[in-house]
This record gives sequence, structure tokens and C-alpha cells, in this order.
Amino acid sequence: MSFVEYSELIQEGDVAIIFLGHDSMFPLMVQSGAQTQTRYGVIRHSTDLIGRRYGSKVTCSKGGWVYVLHPTPELWTLNLPHRTQILYATDIANITMMLELKPGSVVCESGTGSGSLSHAMLRTIAPTGHLYTVEFHQQRAEKATEEFREHKVDHLVTVLNQDVCKDGFGVTGVADAVFLDIPSPWEAVGHAKSAMKRQGGRLCSFSPCIEQVQRTCAALAEHGFGEICTLEVLLRLYDVRAVSLPLPDFGPDDPSRTDPGVPDRAGPSVPTNTAVTCRTAIAPREMAGHTGYLTFASKSLV
Amino acid sequence: AYAAAAEYALESLWLVDERFIIKDGDFVVLQRGDVYKAVQIQKKRKVIFEKQWFFLDNAVGELYGSTFEVASGGSLQPRKSKHPEIPAEVKESGMDNRNIVDDGRSQKLTRDDIETLKEQGLKGQEIVQQLVENSTTFRDKTEFAQEKYIKKKKKKYENIITILKPSTRILALMYHGREPGKICHLRYDTLAQMLTLGNIHAGSKVIVFETCAGLVLGAVMERMGGYGSVIQMYPGGGPTRAATDSFGFPEHFHRTLHEFPLCKVKALLAGTLSPDEEGKDSVDGPAAEHLDTTAGQLASSANEQRKERDAEDSSPEGMESSSVEPEDRDKEERERRKENKAQEKKVKMEEKRKKLSAAAALLQGRNADGLVVASRFHPCPVLLTLLRFVAPSRPFVVYCQYREPLIECYSKLREQGGVINLRLSETWLRHYQVLPNRTHPVLLMSGGGGYILSGTTIDDSASASGPQKAEEPAPKRIKLQETVA
Repeated sequence: MSFVEYSELIQEGDVAIIFLGHDSMFPLMVQSGAQTQTRYGVIRHSTDLIGRRYGSKVTCSKGGWVYVLHPTPELWTLNLPHRTQILYATDIANITMMLELKPGSVVCESGTGSGSLSHAMLRTIAPTGHLYTVEFHQQRAEKATEEFREHKVDHLVTVLNQDVCKDGFGVTGVADAVFLDIPSPWEAVGHAKSAMKRQGGRLCSFSPCIEQVQRTCAALAEHGFGEICTLEVLLRLYDVRAVSLPLPDFGPDDPSRTDPGVPDRAGPSVPTNTAVTCRTAIAPREMAGHTGYLTFASKSLV
Repeated sequence: AYAAAAEYALESLWLVDERFIIKDGDFVVLQRGDVYKAVQIQKKRKVIFEKQWFFLDNAVGELYGSTFEVASGGSLQPRKSKHPEIPAEVKESGMDNRNIVDDGRSQKLTRDDIETLKEQGLKGQEIVQQLVENSTTFRDKTEFAQEKYIKKKKKKYENIITILKPSTRILALMYHGREPGKICHLRYDTLAQMLTLGNIHAGSKVIVFETCAGLVLGAVMERMGGYGSVIQMYPGGGPTRAATDSFGFPEHFHRTLHEFPLCKVKALLAGTLSPDEEGKDSVDGPAAEHLDTTAGQLASSANEQRKERDAEDSSPEGMESSSVEPEDRDKEERERRKENKAQEKKVKMEEKRKKLSAAAALLQGRNADGLVVASRFHPCPVLLTLLRFVAPSRPFVVYCQYREPLIECYSKLREQGGVINLRLSETWLRHYQVLPNRTHPVLLMSGGGGYILSGTTIDDSASASGPQKAEEPAPKRIKLQETVA
């Protein structure tokens, strides 16, 4: 297994995602001899997991079953331990495309946070790219380093524990893209520019507050960035369900009537329908209305 | 395949700068303001863009991202340095618009005057300056209104063309703005979601079915970086790849690209795909119908030239004897040409057969790492059929311009089983204008960008492994949870 490469069978040392049912999953580290408790019983790693195919149904000791899934950055985002507020797939997808990330890209990121975006970027830039990620909180930097190693992506990433606004990304003239998710991104624009390749690159700054966006856009313009663009993207989920709509009763038909008059909504053949079933997509009661504003820009030599 | 990729990676290390320089033959994207157009750099070939004809010759050797102006005669003039902004004539400005009457007469220059200025060779920026000076109401406008006025005039009269390196971002933006009908109205952020939800990455084996002019295929290929393989399923005579060409992928990317006709899928699934049937497709499919970009046209004409050359090369040795009459010689010529054509056809059929076999072999294992669908066809049968080629614990993504067909898909998949984490979604996108004291969402907004159904495959077959126990209570519990979805 790898977060950047698929494999067919579960192996010791893998991080697998256990799927219990709708919206219920958790990650586990596969270890010979280990056991994991679930509400359906115990999963014995050696007999139930190691050597089995990803996607298999695993029966637990109490008789219920779960599915074992191959990890992906998207599944990881939904199951990782939060040390900070994280980015979710909707924003991540846009960032990835707008920064033009692809295999071989060199990316600088700050702050690392809980590593949600980091994992997604590593997946995209593998096998020949590199991620330089800066985190000013020591424990978070250490936890991220540990996770990257456990997830077998450490060869693609360098974690730096420093303040990007003061000390930059630790590299100059190498990045195709820079991503900022910090409280004062305008203070890091200069460092971002020097970390980027001389001939150009893409930048993205994520900020929850519009005031931050304003200051960042001004800084970007001052530093000669072009194509400055701010947008936000929201996810709208739908619940697919069959709903039953009762039909009103307008009273009995007048048997002496010759003209059809009021159309019989229940249909010509079955006069006693009391409800109609529709399969439809329903919006949930509430949705995430804001995550942050995404500001993109291009560095160009000209 | 790995050797080629390693070679390319090594090349890129040494030629890092090369990637940033515009070369003859490159596929590029021209930009003026919000308008984009994909073209191929061909020296001495006229290009039309935004009502202007010009040659791209002077772009060769410049950096991507360079800006140009069109000089008389149709040549591009590189703009070496950023021109300073018109020093904001902030000497005079008003407080508000209560006394400004819009009678359409505040601009003293007539359309003819402006034409004259243009003919005199005045640059866009200078024309804007003239307009400002000849506007009676300009000094009464507020500073913000003045800035807005100048911006508007610049947009109209400044003629700055930027040459960009193609990417999914730029091409998706271009198609959505210019020809959304060609891509089933797939908005660029929706495409972004598909690539991420589908976990498209280097080294995997992805099945793509799309009728988006090849844009989705190109996006997938860009994210795979030439590693792994992509199998494009296609309806009708041949796959459409006009947009894919515009990405300008290096040659070795095409070695990872395969195609397979939908009409042979049933045979493949049944195991009855015979080698004789392969190659019965029409030789040059209706890929020709989408050659609307110069890129496509050039690619096909280059192909034609190559075919002709091949034919000549493979001609059998002539049995010339010096004592042959001229008439007989003509007849021999004709016969030889007929033979050449038949030989050519045979070679082509064999090539096609080989390619089909290769694609079939990739599909047969039923272990693809992902499925991406974005077409005008009803998604249900496409999804239900093509999912059979996907391995368990792999993502799939289906785009549809409309919601109802995906609702049907959702229900059918629930019934059939074999998938989890089914999700029907759309994304809402909004752009912002960010200016001091003038920050607000942009007035016009996209009304919709289509819908996505995504999920993960699982192995639902009753596999015998692990302790066998009476399973009555627990399974019912898990089933209940799933139906609530």
C-alpha cells in the first residue's frame, strides 16, 4: 500500500481504512498479531487482514462485517486525527487544479497543519516531485514527519519547523507552486516569490477572512504577481431518497357527469391511488456555507 | 515504459529552462483579457484571435507568460517591461454622481477620431489617455469611477496578448467560456473535483469515457504525467481528442494512451472477442468532425503526410526492365499503386488489431484503478457496465449535466451493490472582486456546473474467510444503515 501508489493486497505496515457503514470509518495500522475492536467485534490483523484483497468484506468476531479500503488522500482527509482545522476535498481539488500540480511538480506549503492538503499534494506530484512544507508549531511538525514516514511518502517531502514569514521555505528558485494557509499570508508573499522558479509559477493563499484576502491581494500586486483571482467554492451534497406525496381527495366523481372536468390525477386505470412516490435528491438541512477564500496568482518573469 | 519515463525525468532536470521557452510547433494558449484560444505555433502561419490576424513567429524563443502587442503587418511585438499605469490623474475627482447626467455626449472624440488615432499608430494606452482627456465628465467622477472608466477603456483598446503554456486549468477555463456545449457544460471546478475524487495519479490504470472533446482525457493524462495507463472507451467510429492535442503532451505520453470501442465491450465481458472482428472498425473514424482547432487540423494533415511517406517507403521493388513499352509502364504504375494501397491497408489493419488487443488485455484483468465518465450519454448503462472492469476498493466518478440520470444511477447501484460511499454532489462557485473599499462578489455568477456521482467499489462476493459464525443480528444492522442513505 502507499498513499501514492495502489496495491492489491493488504500488507503488514499498511494504513488501511475500515468502513463500517454510512459515514462511519476509521484508519488502522496493520500489524501482525494485533487486534482491533469494532462495534461488530474484533478484527484480527493476521487472519482477517494480511494477505487479503483491499475492498474485501471482513467478518468480525461478533458476526458483523466491515470493508477494508485502500487508503487515499481523500479517505485520509475524512479520517485523520485533527490537530488543526483542515482542508477538505472540495477546496483541495480546486487548489490542485489551479496550481497546475502534476507529477514532478515542486511545491512549497505553509502551514502543514494536520497534513490533509499535504497528503493530497504528495499523491499528485509523485513520483518525481517534491513538497517542502513549513510548520511553526514544533509538535505538529514532528507529528507530520512521523505520519509521512508511516505512510511511506517521506521520500517526497521535507518538513521544516520554522516561521515562514521570517525564514521562508528553506529553498529558493525551485518551486512550481506555493500554497499559503497562515494567519498573515501577506507577510510571506516575498518569501513565496523567491522560493518559486525564476521563470514563473503559481501561488495560492487560503484565508477565512476577507480582510486577510484584501491585504494579501495588495501584497501580491506589489510584488508583481499577475492573474490575481479570488474565489470560493462550496460543496452541495444531495440525499437520494424515495419520497411519498399524498394525493388530495376532491370528493367522489359525479356519476351523471358527461364532461371530464377536473382531471383525475390518480390516473385513468387505478382510481384509488392515495400517494405518489418520487425518487429525488434532497438537500440537507444545513451545509457548510464557508470554509475560506482562495486567492490565486501567477509569478511571471515578464 | 519506466525507462522512457526515467529518461524524460532526467531530461527535465537538465532542460528545466527549456520547458519555459516557446518553441516552433508548441501547442499554446493565446490570452487577451478573459478570452482564450488554443493554437499551435507554426511559423509563417496566420492566426486569427479577437478580430485580429497575426503571425506567431516572434513568439518563438520568448518565455511562456510573455505579453505581446500586434504591430501593423501582423507581427507580434514583445512587451519587454510592464508599462507604468497611467498616472492616476487624481488632480480632480468628484465626491459622488448626483450631478452627473449621462446624455451620451460627454466624450468629445467620435468613432472616426478614434479610428484616425489608431491609424496614426497610437498605442492602446495612449488612446485611453486621449479618451480621458476628451471626456467632459471625467473630472467629476469619483476616484473609483475614474479607475473603473479607465479599466473599461483599457479592456477595449489595449491589445495585449499573452502566450500561455497549456494546462488543465487554462483549457478547462477556455472551453467552459468559449464552447461549453462541446464539453457537456462541465465547469472547471467540477472537473477539478472529478480528478481529485477519482484519485487520478501517476502509475495507475484509469478508464475514461467522455464526450468532452478530449478535455477530460487530457486532464486525466496531465495528472498521470505519462506514468501508468489510460484506456479511453469511445462510442462510434473513433475517440475524439481535439482538446487532448491542445495540451501539447510529449510524445511518450501517447504510449500510455489506449482506446477501446464501446461496441466491443459486451464481447470482451463475455470472453468472445475474436481476433477477426478486431480491426473491422472504419479506418479513419469521425474524429475528423471535431477538428475545429488548428492543432487538430495540423495534426491530421501531418498524419496524412506521414501515411503518404510510409506508403512510398513500403512500396515493393519495381520490376523494371529497360525494354518495357511506355503504355505497359503506365499500367505497371497503376498496378503498383494498387498493390501499395492494399499493402498500406493491411499494415493499418494489423496495427489496429494490435492496439485493440493491447487495450483488451488491459481491460480483461478487470482490475482498473479508477473510472471517470463525463458524457452526453445516459450515465446508468455506462456506469453499470464499465464498473465491471474496475478493481475493488477503487474510486469512480460520473459527471452529468443533469441531476435526474444520476439519481437513477444512485438507486440502481444501491440495488446492485458492490459500491459504498455513494455521493451525489455539485459545487457552487463564486468569484470576488478584491479592491480597497470595493471588495464584493462579482456580479455575474455561474448558474450551475453540472453534477457528480462518486463512490468506491468493494468486493461484494460472498468470500469465505475468517471465522464462520451465525450472522443474523449484526448484518441486519449494517444493512439498515446503508438503506437510510
